[in-house]
Amino acid sequence: MNETEQNPVMAAMQARSSEALRAPRISIRGVDFFYGTNKALKSIDLDLPDRQVTGMIGPSGCGKSTLLRVLNRMYDLYPGQRAVGQVMMDGANILDPGMDLNQLRSRVGMVFQKPTPFPMTIYENIAFGVKLHERLAKAAMDERVEWSLTRAALWGEVKDRLNSSAMGLSGGQQQRLCIARTIAVRPEVILLDEPTSALDPISTLKIEELIDELKQDFTIAIVTHNMQQAARCADQVAFFYLGELVEVGTATQMFTAPRERRTQEYITGRFG
Amino acid sequence: MSAAALSLTGPARDARVAGLLSRRRKLVDGLVKLLCIAATAMGLALLASILFTLLFRGVSALGLHVFTDITRPPGSNGGLLNAIVGSLVQTMVGAAIGTPIGLMVGTYLSEYARTSALGNAVRFVSDVLLSAPSILIGLFVYTILVEPFGGFSGIAGCVALAVIVVPIVVRTTEDMLRLIPTELREAAVAVGAPKWRVIVLICYRAALDGIATGVLLAVARVAGETAPLLFTSLGNLNWSLSMTQPMSSLPVTIYQYAGSAFDDWVDLAWAGALLITFGVLALNIVARVVLRPRA
Amino acid sequence: MSDVAVLPFRPASRRAAAFGDRLFAFLAMSAGVLVLVLLGAIIVSLFIGGWPSFRAFGLPFLVNTDWDPVQNVFGAGVPVFGTLVTAVLALLIAVPLAFGIAFYLTEIAPGWFRRPVGTAIELLAAVPSIIYGMWGFFVIVPIMGDYVEPFLTDQLGDLPVIGGLFQGAPFGTGLLTAALILAVMIIPFIAATMRDVFNTVPAVFKESAYGVGCTTWEVMRSIVVPYTRASVVGGIMLGLGRALGETMAVTFVIGNTNRITTSLFGPGNTIASIVALEFPESQAGSLKLSSLLALGFILFVISFIVLAISRLLLRPRSA
Repeated sequence: MNETEQNPVMAAMQARSSEALRAPRISIRGVDFFYGTNKALKSIDLDLPDRQVTGMIGPSGCGKSTLLRVLNRMYDLYPGQRAVGQVMMDGANILDPGMDLNQLRSRVGMVFQKPTPFPMTIYENIAFGVKLHERLAKAAMDERVEWSLTRAALWGEVKDRLNSSAMGLSGGQQQRLCIARTIAVRPEVILLDEPTSALDPISTLKIEELIDELKQDFTIAIVTHNMQQAARCADQVAFFYLGELVEVGTATQMFTAPRERRTQEYITGRFG
Repeated sequence: MSAAALSLTGPARDARVAGLLSRRRKLVDGLVKLLCIAATAMGLALLASILFTLLFRGVSALGLHVFTDITRPPGSNGGLLNAIVGSLVQTMVGAAIGTPIGLMVGTYLSEYARTSALGNAVRFVSDVLLSAPSILIGLFVYTILVEPFGGFSGIAGCVALAVIVVPIVVRTTEDMLRLIPTELREAAVAVGAPKWRVIVLICYRAALDGIATGVLLAVARVAGETAPLLFTSLGNLNWSLSMTQPMSSLPVTIYQYAGSAFDDWVDLAWAGALLITFGVLALNIVARVVLRPRA
Repeated sequence: MSDVAVLPFRPASRRAAAFGDRLFAFLAMSAGVLVLVLLGAIIVSLFIGGWPSFRAFGLPFLVNTDWDPVQNVFGAGVPVFGTLVTAVLALLIAVPLAFGIAFYLTEIAPGWFRRPVGTAIELLAAVPSIIYGMWGFFVIVPIMGDYVEPFLTDQLGDLPVIGGLFQGAPFGTGLLTAALILAVMIIPFIAATMRDVFNTVPAVFKESAYGVGCTTWEVMRSIVVPYTRASVVGGIMLGLGRALGETMAVTFVIGNTNRITTSLFGPGNTIASIVALEFPESQAGSLKLSSLLALGFILFVISFIVLAISRLLLRPRSA
């Protein structure tokens, strides 16, 4: 990080090595999304490269969070919301009505804007999701809990109080617990919906380092309002505006040479 | 923190175990949902059974004479006029006594004593009275108004019903007044209005729908009350509108007639039950319609 | 400066406003105090009314199972027993059903269906209790007597220990039927309360549970119920409070007998039903009437405790 004081986004860009995008883990083709009769996503085409981070940016209400909720069919919980099109993962269409949602969600994990610790102990929070999908002996479960908390950079802080309530953790710790809970299930894809918007700068930094670390094993999609965060974390960046995918490219290309005027205006802060 | 802990260790998730678990979990889920649907269907069936029984037994017993004739001895084809009028009078007077008191208590809790110890005590006691057995209200009024004054009376029935009305109105008034934004009050104070006028002219008007709903629900509740009237207005088989004499009421008449051995009395009890139930349900539905724009 | 702008601020009207404020505040507080006085008056009047009986029989009044107007000996044992047995039994029947309804209304039912079904359940709560009594007497009692009780005797009557509960003449009336009617009455109250507290769980918590692959039932069991446990118990206590003091529905079907039976089919009495049934035959000033008022006092104490607990669990708001 050197001289470019006046442009922190550029500084963040230069701090990371840019690399080529890998083959897609998830392919989104022609997805439309409706809230009742209101069309919130218009014919989206997007690939999520395997074990890389895709940052989704755009002004509020542009559809980026909606797209995230399509990827694990979270919208299914609410009447009147529906998606059409194709979201291919491992040769199957996620939007297929016959899709096993519980299995899907064990493969596509999600972390939310606000930390959501379950009303149980730290240990149980992690074990909870694992138990749904696997039969583990006590020792194996202990190992899994330690592994996921370690990966979420939380182990050192909580290893002595695994049996106390998760509600007693700080906001940043709770959010890392939620990440640990998500990876404990060993998903293939992790969806992060503005995971740091409720956190202080130091906790935010920790989560961002964590994302960088986790992409060795997981395909990650992150929705963020923070341009620097997208620049710091993402390999690929997708810009949404009014329900459309305006432009997608490598982070370097998007932040240094955006093709679309709207992208450029948003990135340079002229609207949003 | 070992290096091994940082990478994915162990075999990948066993698809067979996951599939087996998934099947069992879904089976449990489906089973529970089925039971819940059955529970709800049963609840609806109970309502349907009650309404159907009332219609089946009540409509055939319903005739013009029910509304035009007063209660008469068995076999002489009487009606329920005195009971209907007695119920209307006691319900209305009870609501008329209870509503202003409840309104003031609700105002006190919302506008003057949100956090004070006295306010909390009043709120607590009012909540307890809201669900207190109504038969005890009847016994209470018996000891203060019937025994000392030498007889059952219409006014004692009205007071008993008023005691039941108060906590219902308190609850809705307080809840509705709390919904009014502070800014609205401040804006009214800012133009120089004294607090009591702000409450009466601004807050009550803004909360009118909700408070009216509360009063309607209170009326619906006391219209069907039987137990408190047994010890207060007692019931009267003759025509009487005197507040100092025993007064007839629909629920008490239904109680006396339904348990009697005379078929025509039992029929009249069903007719009365039909009237009271559909009256009470209609009031509830109206109250819901009034409240709906707010909710 | 115009005259109009000055008008409201004349000293006289300010004094009037201050007086109006004080008067209104005083009226409001008096009304509040009246509620406290009301509660105090209920307790005191029932206690004074019951005092001759408490004095005559002492503490054993609470457990004495005699109720003999001829000998002028009265005890609360039978009605207290009947009240507790029917209320607890009613709760055992009502809670699972109410939970199922609340679960259905919050998580399972399609969106457009929730409001009408919820309203229907609430209407069930609005039906006057005397109607439940009539319905119970004319519809449920025959079904119990002809089918349910003989069936239960056949299936369970020979079991060791609990078999005795299901023996006896199947009249259709009695403790079990009373508990059943009570259960029907309190189901809508408990279900509506549970539904409301389930709806307070933030959507994002449920979504996180779905996010790790939970089924609807797993979300309910592991997230929603633990989150709302206190309020759920409060709602159940509210139902218990109602069941303890319910009069008319029970009076029709309890059988009105002042002795303790070992069978659930046997007749009995609850505090509320004995007061309603025996009151007309009690002379003013008699020991019997005093005993009924003493029973009322006991019922008030029990319900007050139950309702107070329920209220503390349900409504922790005060600030």
